[in-house]
Amino acid sequence: MAFLTLEGIVKTYGSFRAIDGLNLEVRHGEFIALLGPSGCGKTTTLQSIAGFVQPTEGRIVLDGRDITHVRPEQRGLGIVFQSYALFPHMTVAQNISFGLEMRGVPRSERSKRIDEALDLVRLAGLGERYPKALSGGQRQRVAIARALAIRPNLLLLDEPMSNLDAKLREEMHIELRAIQRELGITTILVTHDQVEAMTMSDRIAVMQKGRIVQIDTPFEAYERPHSPFASAFLGKTNAFAGAVQLRNERCCHVQVRDTLLHVPHEDRSLGNDVNVYIRPEKIRLTDASSGRLSGRVRLRVFLGNLWLIAVESRLGLVHMTQPNLGTPPPEEGSDVGLDWSDDDLRLLDREVAHGHV
Amino acid sequence: MHKNGFFSLLFHACFVTFIIAPLVVVMAMAFTSKGYLSLPTDGLSLRWFRALLDNQEMIDAFVLSVKLGLASATLAALLAIPAALAISRYEFPGRGAVTGFLLSPLMIPSVVLGIAFLRFFSVAHIGGAFWALTLTHVIVVLPYALRLTLASTIGLERDIEHAALSLGASRWTAFYRVVLPRIRTGVVGGWMLAFIQSFDELTMTVFVATPGTTTLPVAMYNQISQTIDPLITAVSTVLIIGTLLLMLVLDRLVGLDRVLIGEGK
Amino acid sequence: MATYDAERVGAAPWILSGPALLVFVALLLAPLLLTGVLSLNLFSDSEGVIPAYSVGNYLEVFKDSYFHEIFLRTGGMALAVTVLCVVLGIPETIIIARMAPRWRSLFLLVVLGPLLISVVVRTLGWAILLGNNGLINDALQALGITDQPVKMLFTQVGVIIALTHVLVPFMVIAVWATLQRLDLQVEWAGLSLGASRLTVFRRIILPQIMPGVLSGSIIVFALAASAFATPAIIGGRRLKVVATAAYDEFLGTLNWPLGAAIAMLLLVANLIIILGCSKLAERRFKQVFE
Repeated sequence: MAFLTLEGIVKTYGSFRAIDGLNLEVRHGEFIALLGPSGCGKTTTLQSIAGFVQPTEGRIVLDGRDITHVRPEQRGLGIVFQSYALFPHMTVAQNISFGLEMRGVPRSERSKRIDEALDLVRLAGLGERYPKALSGGQRQRVAIARALAIRPNLLLLDEPMSNLDAKLREEMHIELRAIQRELGITTILVTHDQVEAMTMSDRIAVMQKGRIVQIDTPFEAYERPHSPFASAFLGKTNAFAGAVQLRNERCCHVQVRDTLLHVPHEDRSLGNDVNVYIRPEKIRLTDASSGRLSGRVRLRVFLGNLWLIAVESRLGLVHMTQPNLGTPPPEEGSDVGLDWSDDDLRLLDREVAHGHV
Repeated sequence: MHKNGFFSLLFHACFVTFIIAPLVVVMAMAFTSKGYLSLPTDGLSLRWFRALLDNQEMIDAFVLSVKLGLASATLAALLAIPAALAISRYEFPGRGAVTGFLLSPLMIPSVVLGIAFLRFFSVAHIGGAFWALTLTHVIVVLPYALRLTLASTIGLERDIEHAALSLGASRWTAFYRVVLPRIRTGVVGGWMLAFIQSFDELTMTVFVATPGTTTLPVAMYNQISQTIDPLITAVSTVLIIGTLLLMLVLDRLVGLDRVLIGEGK
Repeated sequence: MATYDAERVGAAPWILSGPALLVFVALLLAPLLLTGVLSLNLFSDSEGVIPAYSVGNYLEVFKDSYFHEIFLRTGGMALAVTVLCVVLGIPETIIIARMAPRWRSLFLLVVLGPLLISVVVRTLGWAILLGNNGLINDALQALGITDQPVKMLFTQVGVIIALTHVLVPFMVIAVWATLQRLDLQVEWAGLSLGASRLTVFRRIILPQIMPGVLSGSIIVFALAASAFATPAIIGGRRLKVVATAAYDEFLGTLNWPLGAAIAMLLLVANLIIILGCSKLAERRFKQVFE
């Protein structure tokens, strides 16, 4: 039984369709990420759920109640805005207290809940500071505390980490996820950062041009993308253009340049234009004589925890990664061999419209 | 942001009416055909504008105001540009004091300035000279020229000038070819605002004006203090329209909001 | 602008700002000092200005009830004008801020443009509107609201109305500048936490524009208190304010020392109001706003 349902949401601005028929069902306690490039409609969707934008068509049902036309101040949602939107003229405690005052929570109870909220985000003792005196990370925590203090039944996060530096962002991913788990609150996150989406969410909804093109757990979405768009958006991949040569119940044979690749469990008609995908981490380096494919190292980059290697081969330029286990991989210009497991190959019809191949 | 509701727009309409009512009334009365202050209910007439052309006093005052405006705005701009450069370029001790000092006329009541200048002229025996009057106007309008020029010099990135120097330009060439073009709008805008402020200046000028150096606002004020007749409304109409045109130019050039408020849209 | 290292600064900034500074010292500082000295001189009808020094003029101003009345009237009027500008200016600025960009630019021009038109013209308009045979009275009588003309010209009310018209753009400017810095999402945050539109305005928007309202009020009050032309034209000879009183002494009675004393008092009062209130406001708001 879905806790939050979005049915057939359409939002048009003149002739521009910001949301083009969106359907989503979120279970109670679930953490869903709306992931997509800028302009895909994810923020508009969030604003519709919040009530700042009125959908042109469609329904929004929360916990059995149709909130499509309910005013934002009556929806009782917790929202963390991208700019945090803290009240600059109020202290941290007053910021958190605001929502409670609006609900008529008595003063004694209020101060208890403010302290609880501050403890939850590990900012105890900073209640009397003004937002101006806080760091970016601290302001974000106040925004989270303020949204959670009212004990909403739905938490909306609008790209809340985009203003934090990389290291802080990583820490907050884990912390926010832990808070969400502890409170069991249904949460929707809007982001363009796929690492963020994968780290925090139970399911990822990949959005493109106002629609959800795939919704799956992070693992499924990453390992089995349904489209070249999803494939390219979630992590890096190698894509090889080819045509189907042979097929039987067990696999497809795809001709890529002068090499034949065997892709198991796939069924496509003969002659179809397809792309074969394989993620960089699924490729292994062997020495030049063994391995399915031979090649020459064109570029080798050290990233600390792994190596990025680009190998020139008969298939074209192949990108692969290798964990840093101590011994560096062969240098640029060396002859190497490439190996992989056919199970790791993916096949998708080539989308002519998308340049992301 | 919420849109404006009915009552908001009603308030807004009343407010705008309040703002333009005096100006509209003045302009309307300038077209009366009668010999006394009245609305042009008998049809529009240009007799008072024609009368203007014969009124030597007003014409002389107008010409004087224009000359005065040109002179004081130009002098003020010439003084303000290097000062603005100094203030935005160098962090020198006393920078705040210098800026405050040059902007101080804004905080001094015009009456006080008028009395002070009058006293100074009588002590120095230079009352009545055009250039003395010009200098008083320079003091009054320089803050406006300085503010606008500062707005465009302060926003300038150092890198571009550094790039020019690294490519071999001399300091003067770098200024002339790289800096000046980019502060040009601020400078011109500052000049125009200074001109307008000089042209409009009344209170201070009332004290230092002499029969030989009567500006248009002073002439109008003297006239109004005695009796209000349609001639003065004709003069006012000319001023209003002239200012409107200057405003459009200023807006196109620098953006009127930046001129009046100090920040862009 | 390229900011050079401290060692290479030297005389350059002083050379650049020198000309302006010289002009100002010679033509601003000197005249003001001379006027200050003048205010300490004495005066007699027969001999004119007597180069002796005393604080007699200031004592006269402080003791004479004639001047008390003038200063009180000026202060009261300035206060009334300030209040009106606040009450009218805040809503209007917010209303303009909420318009679509095209209307916004237009109405900003309409509301702020009159600042560029000489105060003589604006006040002339009010003199015409407020007269006994003026438009407002004609309209009132035509609508049957009164049968006698309401006296507005040469009254304090008339001066207050005209001064409000002249000075309200300054309030709009001050509030507009603060409004621009408001984060739109903060309003939404208030709504999402359950506040009604009115509460959002009262507790979130209004407190944030207070600094602008305050600085605007300071400017309006200072300008209203030192206003000359409008009180002179609309108020007439009998309704004196500080500025017109100074004018009277200086160019009427020719009692230059007394006029100078009034001017000095006006200057000092102005500076106290502007600098004093600004410092107070700054301290109050420093911890809260950037």
